[in-house]
Amino acid sequence: MTEHYTLRVNGASHDVRDAWLGESLLYVLRERLGLYGTKGACEQGECGSCTVFLDGAAVCSCLVLAASAEGCEVSTIERIGSTDEPSDVQRAFVEQGGVQCGFCTPGLVMAVHALLDTNPSPTRPEIREAISGNLCRCTGYGRIFEAVDAALRERRA
Amino acid sequence: MSTATGTRRDVLGSSALRPDGWQKVAGTFEFSSDLHADGMLWGATLRSPHPHARIISIDTTAALTVPGVAAVVTADDVPGKATYGLIHQDQPVFARDVVRYMGEPIAAVAADHPETCRRALAAIRVEYEVLKPVVDAVTALDAPPIHPDGNVLRHQRIVHGDPDAVGEVVVEGDYEIGMQDQAFLGLEAALALPDAGSVTLHIATQWLHEDRTQIAACLGVPEDCVRLVLGGVGGAFGAREDISLQVHTCLLALVTGRPVKMQYGREESFFGHVHRHPARIWMRHHAMRDGRIVKVEARFVMDGGAYASTSPAVLINAVTHAQGPYRCDNAVVEGWAARTNNPPCGAMRGFGVVQACFAHESQIDKLADACGIDPVDIRLRNAMRTGDLMITGQVMDSVAPVERCIRETAALPMPPEPDDDPLSRPGGSGLTADRRHIVRGVGWGVSIKNLMYSEGFDDHASARCTLQDGRVSLKFATAEVGQGFVTLARQIATTLLGCDDVVLETMDTDIGSAGSTSASRQTWMSGGAVDGACRMVRERLFERVAAAHGLDPLQLAIDGTDVVDTMGHLRIPVVEASVGEPISHTFEHHHRPTEELDENGQGRCHVAFAFVAHRAVVDVDPELGIVKVVQIATAQDVGRALNPLSVIGQIEGGIAQGLGLAVMEEIVVEDGKVRNPSFTDYLLPTALDAPEVLAALIEEPEPMAPLGAKGVGEPPCVSSTPAIVAAIRDATGRALSRVPVRPQDICL
Repeated sequence: MTEHYTLRVNGASHDVRDAWLGESLLYVLRERLGLYGTKGACEQGECGSCTVFLDGAAVCSCLVLAASAEGCEVSTIERIGSTDEPSDVQRAFVEQGGVQCGFCTPGLVMAVHALLDTNPSPTRPEIREAISGNLCRCTGYGRIFEAVDAALRERRA
Repeated sequence: MSTATGTRRDVLGSSALRPDGWQKVAGTFEFSSDLHADGMLWGATLRSPHPHARIISIDTTAALTVPGVAAVVTADDVPGKATYGLIHQDQPVFARDVVRYMGEPIAAVAADHPETCRRALAAIRVEYEVLKPVVDAVTALDAPPIHPDGNVLRHQRIVHGDPDAVGEVVVEGDYEIGMQDQAFLGLEAALALPDAGSVTLHIATQWLHEDRTQIAACLGVPEDCVRLVLGGVGGAFGAREDISLQVHTCLLALVTGRPVKMQYGREESFFGHVHRHPARIWMRHHAMRDGRIVKVEARFVMDGGAYASTSPAVLINAVTHAQGPYRCDNAVVEGWAARTNNPPCGAMRGFGVVQACFAHESQIDKLADACGIDPVDIRLRNAMRTGDLMITGQVMDSVAPVERCIRETAALPMPPEPDDDPLSRPGGSGLTADRRHIVRGVGWGVSIKNLMYSEGFDDHASARCTLQDGRVSLKFATAEVGQGFVTLARQIATTLLGCDDVVLETMDTDIGSAGSTSASRQTWMSGGAVDGACRMVRERLFERVAAAHGLDPLQLAIDGTDVVDTMGHLRIPVVEASVGEPISHTFEHHHRPTEELDENGQGRCHVAFAFVAHRAVVDVDPELGIVKVVQIATAQDVGRALNPLSVIGQIEGGIAQGLGLAVMEEIVVEDGKVRNPSFTDYLLPTALDAPEVLAALIEEPEPMAPLGAKGVGEPPCVSSTPAIVAAIRDATGRALSRVPVRPQDICL
């Protein structure tokens, strides 16, 4: 049961050939397109590590069948910034100590971008709510809150 | 990008940034699950659905006919030692005749696609005779053995001072600790590359060299045929101290002659690694009416599950920490680690001390109540000091600022009264709690935690430093699991050698062991090794500069980024001074020796100790049984904060895990079967559960420690748990003798 389909990822078209149709978007991004920045840690949409934007909305890519994303615009962490040109949120995560093991980080960066791009002045409870779908086991979230605050300060400046 | 710019330099004491941070935020950091090799196969494991069963037959024929399957291996295919283990090699690579826990590996397959693997696993026919599981740790001790090594993994007694001493006030209680999971985010993953009978394994682990020893033994090859390279590690917390998929992956690679990648899903991860020991603890304290402790008595039974793992060491940690951070002249303590058909338990952050601490802190509050003394005052009155004799007869010769930890915690501000925002109430976005019902409580927890390995074990660490043309290159096998040793190592070199250009070589087994990233030990041990190697290189550099300029090398020093003569005759940049032949040194750091305990639990078994105090403030809805941890205030004995940002990160992260054990996290096991192996059913603290953390760092440099710094990783999760439970008791008046505290424990 294999099929060819096309995915739009980070502004480019990718032909997915000879793929089993049961593959999740997370699997195809990582194992077929080599975009390993998106992580998987629960396969149930509980941890948020696999967060990507699907037509601009943050979703758990482990819960999306890749083939069903045909015709959508997928954006991953690779589009957000790079080691040389990090986004404001990415820089804030490093500078505020929001990164330890770093496994949850790409998903959290996506979640924070999703928040700040839609709500430029979130309250502290709104920030907590917005990233509560992303589990972090190392930081206890304290430095991640600091990172969000730092990015907010920079955007307001 | 993280190197120094302008005047800011990443010296010791600065909040230097992680060198791997930029890759981690960009998603380009390679975790072990991100590794890929051309022509690679996927591996997967067949596991027992039964906690206890005899294996009558295993038929792999159908699995081998599934298109895309390259190999199926079972116990018959293990060429070397059939079993492995950190302390006792009692755990089979694959079960052969009997399975002793739900999830025990039976077979492994290699195939072209993860889905092919799943189909192949489903095609393996295993016939079981299901046996009744032994699931109660107390009765297991006397039950017929479920393993040739017996059901008692270890027994230890401590008798100290006058065992018959009595006090004017006596309090006692039975306490229970549930099974917690480390729940690192980065699941187990490895890539094995075969090469003519040898194998290179890229692996997320805590201890490369120990893994290699166990893998080589099971593969039946010399250790130099197995090379381990640290794959990016997505958290550990003890769960990667034991072998999981290491031998399976290497075996499949050697059998197929192709690269094999294995990675667990979340459900499999719950079965694939050890957990925190569930424990039942009885404790009785004798004290004088003024609250001074006279004697502690305790009995510990810890459920080690089916295989030994580190249970013997966890048990010793529990019993030797029974007194807590308090003076106590007399003790009668006894502990057992039992083998059962429950999931194997081993290392998790806090390592036996978490369990002991929940009991002794609950007891201290009972004692305060019985004596009519404030919970803070009774802790101050009994606070341990440097020079005190512990119940093991060991002299407390670490810096022991227990009183300061308590006083500085108490001095931190209390949180404001509950506000009107429903999101900050118990239940959060569920909007379940009515503000009129919310009761606030305050509770305390204070703890002592040993650092490094104990009982005569020499867990040394190696590091190599090479200096050339102003660039320092550091090589070590220290597992970076997220704690930030990569940051610290650079800071040490920057400080000692005056170089901002510090590169880290691959972490692998091409250099001596660094010991495990556990027991809060790497800052001390690997930090000591990097420190020693850098100092030796610096000495050689000074000799070279001294010879060139006709100076006494003993009068040279590093000032900023220059070599200077203390008499003021010379100042040359290290970049210039280090031109030419590289200067390279390897240094092996050992901590002072420790001793095994005698039959009465006496002996200097631990290297050193760290202390911390926690004060928790909670809001509780007693009708619904839900809790919001509002604030944790803490003052922690860190020796010296070599990187304050990293230290705060460890404190906040550890407190979140302590909160998890207090009110959320438990692997539910019924008749040996795990009922909640998923993140849907095993609840972890989210951003909405995270309390405000106020932290004070107590910096009294530890003379024994190479850099004056104590390990900071474990203490935050040791006494945060009892502090939170004490706060819930304060709010509700409930006895609460078990963690995690469940809603029904509060409202029913």
